[in-house]
Amino acid sequence: MVESTGLSADEAAVPGIDGKTDLLRARDLRKRFGAIVAVDGLSLELRSGEIHAMIGPNGAGKTTAIAQLSGELTADSGSVWFAGQDVTGLGADTRARLGLARSFQITSLFRGFTAEDNVSMAIQAHAGHSFRFWRAARRDPVLRAPARALLESVGLGARADVRAGTLAHGEQRQLELAMALATRPKVLLLDEPMAGMGREESVRLITLLAELKGRVAILLVEHDMDAVFALADRISVLVYGRAVASGTPDAIRADPDVRAAYLGGAA
Amino acid sequence: MADVTRSSAFTRRHAVHLGALVFLVLMPPVALVLDEPFYVSLASRILIYGLAAASLDLILGFGGMVSFGHAAFFGTGGYVVGILFVHGFEGTAFLGLIPGSDSGLIVWPAAAGVAGLLALIIGSVSLRTGGVYFIMITLAFAQMLYFFFVSLEAYGGDDGLSMYGRSQIPWMDLSDDTTFYYVCLAVLLLFLGFGHRAVGSRFGMVIRGVRENERRMTALGFPTYRYKLACFSIAGAAAGLAGALIANQTEFVSPSLMHWTRSGEIMVMVILGGMGTLFGPVFGAAAFLLLEEVLSAWTEHWMIVLGPVLIFVVLFARRGIYGWLIGAQDGSES
Repeated sequence: MVESTGLSADEAAVPGIDGKTDLLRARDLRKRFGAIVAVDGLSLELRSGEIHAMIGPNGAGKTTAIAQLSGELTADSGSVWFAGQDVTGLGADTRARLGLARSFQITSLFRGFTAEDNVSMAIQAHAGHSFRFWRAARRDPVLRAPARALLESVGLGARADVRAGTLAHGEQRQLELAMALATRPKVLLLDEPMAGMGREESVRLITLLAELKGRVAILLVEHDMDAVFALADRISVLVYGRAVASGTPDAIRADPDVRAAYLGGAA
Repeated sequence: MADVTRSSAFTRRHAVHLGALVFLVLMPPVALVLDEPFYVSLASRILIYGLAAASLDLILGFGGMVSFGHAAFFGTGGYVVGILFVHGFEGTAFLGLIPGSDSGLIVWPAAAGVAGLLALIIGSVSLRTGGVYFIMITLAFAQMLYFFFVSLEAYGGDDGLSMYGRSQIPWMDLSDDTTFYYVCLAVLLLFLGFGHRAVGSRFGMVIRGVRENERRMTALGFPTYRYKLACFSIAGAAAGLAGALIANQTEFVSPSLMHWTRSGEIMVMVILGGMGTLFGPVFGAAAFLLLEEVLSAWTEHWMIVLGPVLIFVVLFARRGIYGWLIGAQDGSES
C-alpha cells in the first residue's frame, strides 16, 4: 500500500489517520543533491512498538531518508510528524530531545572517550541542561550507573573502560546501540546496525533488538535479510527514493514486483 | 584514562604541580636575594600570558575550536583598564556616561565583562562556521578591532595609551612588583582551579564531546552551539582579565596587544605547553617568554630557533612540555 502523494497539510496533520497511533510519519519527502534525486516523494509511518524495516538497493535513498527523519538534513519539501507534532522545521538536536534517536551506518562515536564515557554522554544529553561547571561528571552516579547497566545489557559490561576507538568493530556497533538506548527514545532509527558484523555478533544483536520490540518503535535500515525478516512487523521497499511497496514480511516476500526489483527471487 | 587509579594516589602529575607551585611562591624572595628584581617582573608576564594561554586552551584544546583571534579579548581587557584609568585621572567620563576609575575591584571585572561580551558577539557569528572559515573569521574580527584601536586617536591611536600607575586594590600596593606578582599568581590559580573543575564537569564533557564528534553530539540532542558559545565567552572573559593585568604590568596599552601576531604567540604557548591540558599552556608561556628573553639578547631573529622547536613539539610531543613533564601516558586531561 503505497501512500498517494499530494496530501494537503491538514490531512497530514491528523496523527494516526488509519486509527492506529503513528509515532512517526513522513509525508511526500523530497531531497535533491544537484542533479541527483535521493528521496523522491517518500511517505511512510511508524506505529508505536513496531519494527518497520526499510530495504532497497544501494542508492535507493535510505540513509538520506533517515537523515531527513532525524533532522540532520532538511527536506526540500514534504513534512515529518513525530508524536503528533510537526517537527519538519526542527533541528536534529531538538528532535533527539523529543525522543527520536538514531544510530549511524558508519559508527559515530567519541573515539577518544571510554565506552562508559560514550554512554554517559548520551545519558547526559537527556538529563537536563549541561551548564554545570563544578561537579565531576565522571564521578556522577546519575550518569555512570545507568551507563554501566546499559553496557551490560548490550554485552559490553567488561569493556566499559576501553577507549571506544580501540573496540572491535562489532563492539562499536553494540556501543552505538547502547548510546541510542541511553537517550530513552520513543523511536529508534537504526541505519544498518549489522553492517560489517560477524555472524555471531549479528545473531546477538538480532536477539537484543527482538527484546526491545514493543518497548520502542524501530525504523530499521538493513541489508541483512535474515535480520529483516526475523524482526520486522512491516517492511517498506525503497527504489529510487520512493516506497514501491509496503506490507508485512509475508506480503513483501510474495510481491512479484519486489522479487523482480530487489529480492531477485532469492527470498 | 585511568581516572580511578589517578584520583587518590600521588602521581608524577601532582609532583609537577606541587613543584611548580613551590617555585612560583618562592620565586620573588629568591630573586630579591639574588638582587635580580627584573625576574619578578618577567615572571609576572609569564603568569599573565599563562592565564591568556590557559583560557585559549579551553576553546582550542578542549573544544577543538581553532580561534585565531584570542588577542582581541586580551587587548580589549587591557584597553578597558587603560581607558578607564585615563578618564579617572582626568576626572572625565567615557563617552560622557561612564566615569573613569582606577579601582582594580571595578575595572578588572569590567575588563573581563567587556571582553566576555565581545567574545559573545564575535562567537555568535564565528561559531556558525567551522574549520578554516572559523580560523579566518576570528582572525578577521581581531584585525578589525586592531585597526579600530589604531584609528582611535582619542585614546592614543597607533601610539597607545600611557597610564600613570597601576590599579588600586584595598590594603595592597600594586606598584610594588612583588605584590603585583602575587596578585597575578592568585588570579591565575583561581582561574586554573575553576578551569580544572569546569573541564571535568558536565559542561566540560560537552565541550570535549564537541571536539571529538560534534555531529554525534547534535544527534544525541545537545544544542552544541550554545555550549560552544558559552565556552568561547568564558575564555574571552579570562583573556580580558589577563589583558587587564598586562595593562597594569606595563602601565601602557597599545593596539599591538591585539595584533594577529599576538594571537599567534598565545596559540604557540598553548601548543608548546600542551593542548587540552589546561595547566600546560602556563608552562608554554614560560618556555616562550624565557626563550624570547634569552635568545633576543643574542639575535633579534630569535624566532629562527623557536620555529624548529615548535615543529618538533607538534610532530613528536603532542602533549607538549606538560605531557613530557608528567609522563606520556598520564598526559591527558581529556
